[in-house]
Amino acid sequence: MPDGSRRPEPDLLEVRGVTFKAGGRMLVDHIDLALRPGIVTVILGPNGAGKSLLLRLMHGLLTPASGEILMPGAGATARTRRGQAMVFQAPVLLRRSAKANIAYALKLRGVSRAERNARAITALEQAGLAHLADSPARRLSGGEQQRLALARALALEPKILFLDEPTASLDPASARAIEGVIGDTHARGVKVVLVTHDVGQAKRLAGEVVFLNRGKVTEISPAKSFFKRPESVPARQFLAGEIVE
Amino acid sequence: MSDFSSALSKALYLLISGDAALMEIIALSLQVSLSAIALATLIGLPLGSVLAVARFPGRGGVITLVNALMGLPPVVVGLIVYMLLSNAGPFGVLNLLYTPTAMLIAQTILVTPIIAALARQACEDLLEEYDEQLRSLGAGTGQIIATLLWDGRTRLLTAILAGFGRAIAEVGAVMIVGGNINHVTRTMTTAIALETSKGNLALALALGVILLALAFAVNAAVMGLSGTAERAAHA
Repeated sequence: MPDGSRRPEPDLLEVRGVTFKAGGRMLVDHIDLALRPGIVTVILGPNGAGKSLLLRLMHGLLTPASGEILMPGAGATARTRRGQAMVFQAPVLLRRSAKANIAYALKLRGVSRAERNARAITALEQAGLAHLADSPARRLSGGEQQRLALARALALEPKILFLDEPTASLDPASARAIEGVIGDTHARGVKVVLVTHDVGQAKRLAGEVVFLNRGKVTEISPAKSFFKRPESVPARQFLAGEIVE
Repeated sequence: MSDFSSALSKALYLLISGDAALMEIIALSLQVSLSAIALATLIGLPLGSVLAVARFPGRGGVITLVNALMGLPPVVVGLIVYMLLSNAGPFGVLNLLYTPTAMLIAQTILVTPIIAALARQACEDLLEEYDEQLRSLGAGTGQIIATLLWDGRTRLLTAILAGFGRAIAEVGAVMIVGGNINHVTRTMTTAIALETSKGNLALALALGVILLALAFAVNAAVMGLSGTAERAAHA
């Protein structure tokens, strides 16, 4: 993966002073962050750090208590999720075939019926699921379901792909398969933003690391330097296995 | 025990012999109840799904009201429809009292809250699972509702069957607004009530057995169709 030392293109998304509260608790605390193209951004941190919340805020599924999320061409706030796609930790598949799940997503984005079918088949082929096109999506194995969720997201041809711990509940082989698809996706020029607490996975995939602890970004560094010499104390403690929340 | 066996043989005899009066009563019962179910489904499913998805002030109150209306006393509904359709009522001019249409109206009022309340619960359960994913894909409220209705079709069918059970077994409201007029508004349930009051228990029981068999047959047919559709749709 390329490292994040250069800045050739404008940011794809900018998070400015974003906070999010629930039950009187500040769960995301004044975060500033810019998503740059051409690099895999890994949001790393212990459980409960606010990683998934930050992803949902950037994707527009949650509304910040304060601050703003800006996307070029999407107005003042990123309310529109056009140009983005997200894969959740537990894949949510509709009660229909694998192919119909992808076609459904394309229909929502206004893709014509004829094009939907062709794009769904292509997406399934890229995910290695073409032979399961007509199988009930919810009867696939856990790994196949996650690959299908990823194929569905990629069929939308997003500029930014948000991944919320997509391999958390998968066996190592399935996790590797998903990581392979993530690598291919990045190689095709899609901005990948991955949330994980798996340091090994972060090392394999990250171009830059955003480290989150207790709702705050404590460090944003190129992956190489982050894993070699983390700047913030919480990041050092986390890599040393001393934060296990 | 002999009463039951005699009722069963009488029911069988009536069915096998194709007793004209009985067939007329069965046909009317099914016509009224199935029409009421169709109408209540047309109203109840959209209402239930909108209540599951939409967020508006007073939503909790509306849900409580719809849930409470599931327990509407049939005789009260019958009385209200009677007052509305009687000559002195606002719709008296339509001359609907003591007609199958009046029975259809009463049953629709009774069944709609059942279908709406059960549909809301089914859609809300599904929404809990689908909500973030559908919003992530860019679905609008209308598309979310359509998706919930399609993907929740098995549970919604159960809601409709629950409504059918209520409609086909209902006696109080149809008795009041239909009047149990022979060859016009006599249904299985009103016929059972009449035969019981006449002391003709064997015939009443025979009609009861046929009513049960009818309800069972309709449920079995619908569930069978649903299972086939489910497998075909890969749900």
